[in-house]
Amino acid sequence: MEIILDVTDLHIEFHDSDTPETAVEDFDLMLGAGEIVGIVGESGSGKSMSALAIAGLLNRHAIKKTGRIMFEGHDLLTCDRKTLRSFQGDEISIIFQEPMTSLNPVKRIGWQVEESLRIHHPEIKKNERKKMAIDMLLDVGLENANEVYYMYPHELSGGMRQRVMIAAAMIGNPQILIADEPTTALDVTVQAQIVELLKKLNREKGTSIIFISHDLSLVSQLCQRVIVMQKGNIVESGDTKTVFSRPRHSYTKKLIAAIPKIDLDN
Amino acid sequence: MKNNRFKKLLKNPYVLIGGIIMGVILLMIIVGCFWMPYEPTKMSASEKLQGISLRHIMGTDNMGRDVFSRVMYGSRVTLMIAIGTIIIGAGVGTIIGSITGYFGGMIDEVTMRVIDALFAFPSILLALVIVSVFGVGWPQLVISLGIAFVPSFARIVRGEVLRCKNMDYIENARLQGVSDFRMIFLHILPNIKGVLASSILIGFNNAVLAEAGLSYLGVGSQPPYASLGRMLSDAQQYMFTRPSYVLCPGIVIVLMVLGFAFLGEGIKRWK
Repeated sequence: MEIILDVTDLHIEFHDSDTPETAVEDFDLMLGAGEIVGIVGESGSGKSMSALAIAGLLNRHAIKKTGRIMFEGHDLLTCDRKTLRSFQGDEISIIFQEPMTSLNPVKRIGWQVEESLRIHHPEIKKNERKKMAIDMLLDVGLENANEVYYMYPHELSGGMRQRVMIAAAMIGNPQILIADEPTTALDVTVQAQIVELLKKLNREKGTSIIFISHDLSLVSQLCQRVIVMQKGNIVESGDTKTVFSRPRHSYTKKLIAAIPKIDLDN
Repeated sequence: MKNNRFKKLLKNPYVLIGGIIMGVILLMIIVGCFWMPYEPTKMSASEKLQGISLRHIMGTDNMGRDVFSRVMYGSRVTLMIAIGTIIIGAGVGTIIGSITGYFGGMIDEVTMRVIDALFAFPSILLALVIVSVFGVGWPQLVISLGIAFVPSFARIVRGEVLRCKNMDYIENARLQGVSDFRMIFLHILPNIKGVLASSILIGFNNAVLAEAGLSYLGVGSQPPYASLGRMLSDAQQYMFTRPSYVLCPGIVIVLMVLGFAFLGEGIKRWK
């Protein structure tokens, strides 16, 4: 498999207080084309931090990052802002856990879905862009895409907004989609639909997905490979089936034991 | 959808009253551009300081000029100066406020301290200084009032931009590779247009009052041409002998301010 993203020895340190705090230590990740990798761990285990670093969103001065994030021959940690920006939204997209607040309340859905096309592919004509946006909205399962295109975010439900977010992230056909707990704010049936949608997009468009979650059952449904993180360190990684059926690390065992099971017999 | 919002806006009593008042004043100004009962600068020795009559519906002034014609002309001047002031004040203020608020850091600190210093001057005093340096006349008046209005707009916009720039949707847009310029003008500013619109209307008020005040002090438009403030200042010595002369331009100023205030309040509550 062709490796498209290679993260080695990623360290993230916060220098906000007098003593630096380490958020992520020795993070390694190889992402193959068309692969879905899950990152699981409790809150504060550094999974979102790693993902934000990959997406190039951690550029506050008080954060010290070392290591390498290689993508298309560029190190995303050290490359200039312009190069980084040319990747963001076009080659690397991200969706967040808060669909309710992640859309601009005063802009129409269509405008927001088209935004990354407008930035990265200004050569595309207006009506062509609109057609692409509507096709994308249909692809993410919004059947009345023609109406949704003209709606404002407050007219949509949480699940629909998350679909719009995915549409906006996927419209430029990115190589990597980072999904940072995309289902946390949604209810269970919608969660399953979103996971199915991500699977479908991965299958049809060949997008590699980094799926961050603390929901192990979703990860086991979706991901081929899984990375388990605790306190900024990777404690275990490997094939999803192997990790979940024969966990080696005690933390992984605890996580698996914590999945609630419904046992109707007792 | 857009239509519905518009209808709702029209049903708002504030907007309705403000709209009617402003409509009447605008109508008067527009008619005044084409036709006035008398030439506003035409004097008549035989008709000095007349009261309200059919011949002169607002009476005449101390030089026998028709007050109604002068009010028509003067409110045009006053409104133009107010609009010019707001265009400069709100335009420059929005740009400064959004840039300092968005980038923060040193630029923000330095600019806002300068703005604070400007803010410390009463705006009329500042305008007086500028007029005394650059001379008397309406372009100077517009520029000086405009500069005097920059700080308040810069502050309002900066505060709103600070509130907006940490929202999830801005973070999200940044991840789509949106440039800073595009971010400010297409992603952040549309979110604060409500606040901006109502502060522009309130700013209009202050501009009308400031123009009237400055003209009253004699640094605004020069005689024989009229502006509402100028007329008030000319009329004050006849306040008791011929009250209609001072009341008529005064009432028009009050109506103009009231109209803007109602519109501003209506837009603030519209949502």
